[in-house]
Amino acid sequence: MSEVVKKFLYVNRKAPYGTIYALEALEVVLIGAAFDQDVSMAFLDDGVFQLVKDQNTKEIGVKNFSPTFRALGDYEVTKLYVEAESLAERGLTEDDLQEIVYEDEDDDWAEKPSIRIVSRDEMAAVMADQDVILSF
Amino acid sequence: MKFGIVVSEGPYTHQASDTAYHFAKAALEAGHEVPRVFFYHDGVNVGTRLSVPPQDERNIQANWTALGKAHGIDLVICIAAAQRRGLLDENEASRQGKDANNIAEGFRISGLGQLIEMGIQTDRLMTFGD
Amino acid sequence: MSTLHTVNKSPFSTQTLLSCLSHAQDGDAVLMIEDGVYGAAKGTGVADAVAAKAGKVSIYVLQGDMAARGIDAARLIDGISAVDYAGFVRLAAEHDRAQAWL
Repeated sequence: MSEVVKKFLYVNRKAPYGTIYALEALEVVLIGAAFDQDVSMAFLDDGVFQLVKDQNTKEIGVKNFSPTFRALGDYEVTKLYVEAESLAERGLTEDDLQEIVYEDEDDDWAEKPSIRIVSRDEMAAVMADQDVILSF
Repeated sequence: MKFGIVVSEGPYTHQASDTAYHFAKAALEAGHEVPRVFFYHDGVNVGTRLSVPPQDERNIQANWTALGKAHGIDLVICIAAAQRRGLLDENEASRQGKDANNIAEGFRISGLGQLIEMGIQTDRLMTFGD
Repeated sequence: MSTLHTVNKSPFSTQTLLSCLSHAQDGDAVLMIEDGVYGAAKGTGVADAVAAKAGKVSIYVLQGDMAARGIDAARLIDGISAVDYAGFVRLAAEHDRAQAWL
């Protein structure tokens, strides 16, 4: 669609369900995938709660959109940076997050994890390496 | 320089749409361009022509309409967010079988692709939300 | 390459300002806007954290939001300067990208 390739970072700092930001952020990511940009997602602060496994929204009557994260690989969104300090502060470890993988076309379609746990300093460096930052 | 602006909170409850307006105005006054403003989340509510704020208060929608008209700003309301929140133009109202539409002059309803395109085509993307 | 960070939350109701400060790189700028301006005053529970960062990043506060909330320039933490909307635009143009901490 466009010859310009910019680095887009979607920054997620809010928990799901209490507000709509997480869901509507994901909608932007899915649409944005069609533009062939260099896309990354950042999950820090309460944003890490979006990736927690075993979300069940049956009783609150709101759509559970967490399975959509597992489809991101099909949209070539394969860099999901998750901040280690944010996890630890919330009593979470990587094992509490759902498994999200993508198939690497440059490596004989080997299945690889999309979630990359990074330190706060590494997250800061990821942020500083972007052209466009969309915050939710 | 080209500034793209995202407004992601509704008017009156949050200050975001006011700050975005003042920023856009200052950018234009400084000789920059603001080709597009994208309204997302509750920000879509800025674009209803049915709000009637008290006479002694600013009219956020009217301010954006006037600024857009004076400087040719493309005021885009996200369709997905708008449908959830009851913002409809004539076309959408008839397509969805609704008996009214409420979009204000100068605004148009379009897809999220317009947001990404704005990020690609402008030099800086500014987000005002909460 | 540097970033203009904007913070619009009171530091007494969310972690947003502290999160922003812990991710800002040397040479970046942080602009406090809307309720974020409460983070710019001296003598608060977050003033030390803000002052500690002030040498490495440039910290600004939006004049109109400060005035609206009754914060006088004399109450600003040393090293923080006030800018108007034109100054906000200049900061956004000077830095390579803007990141809103919402």
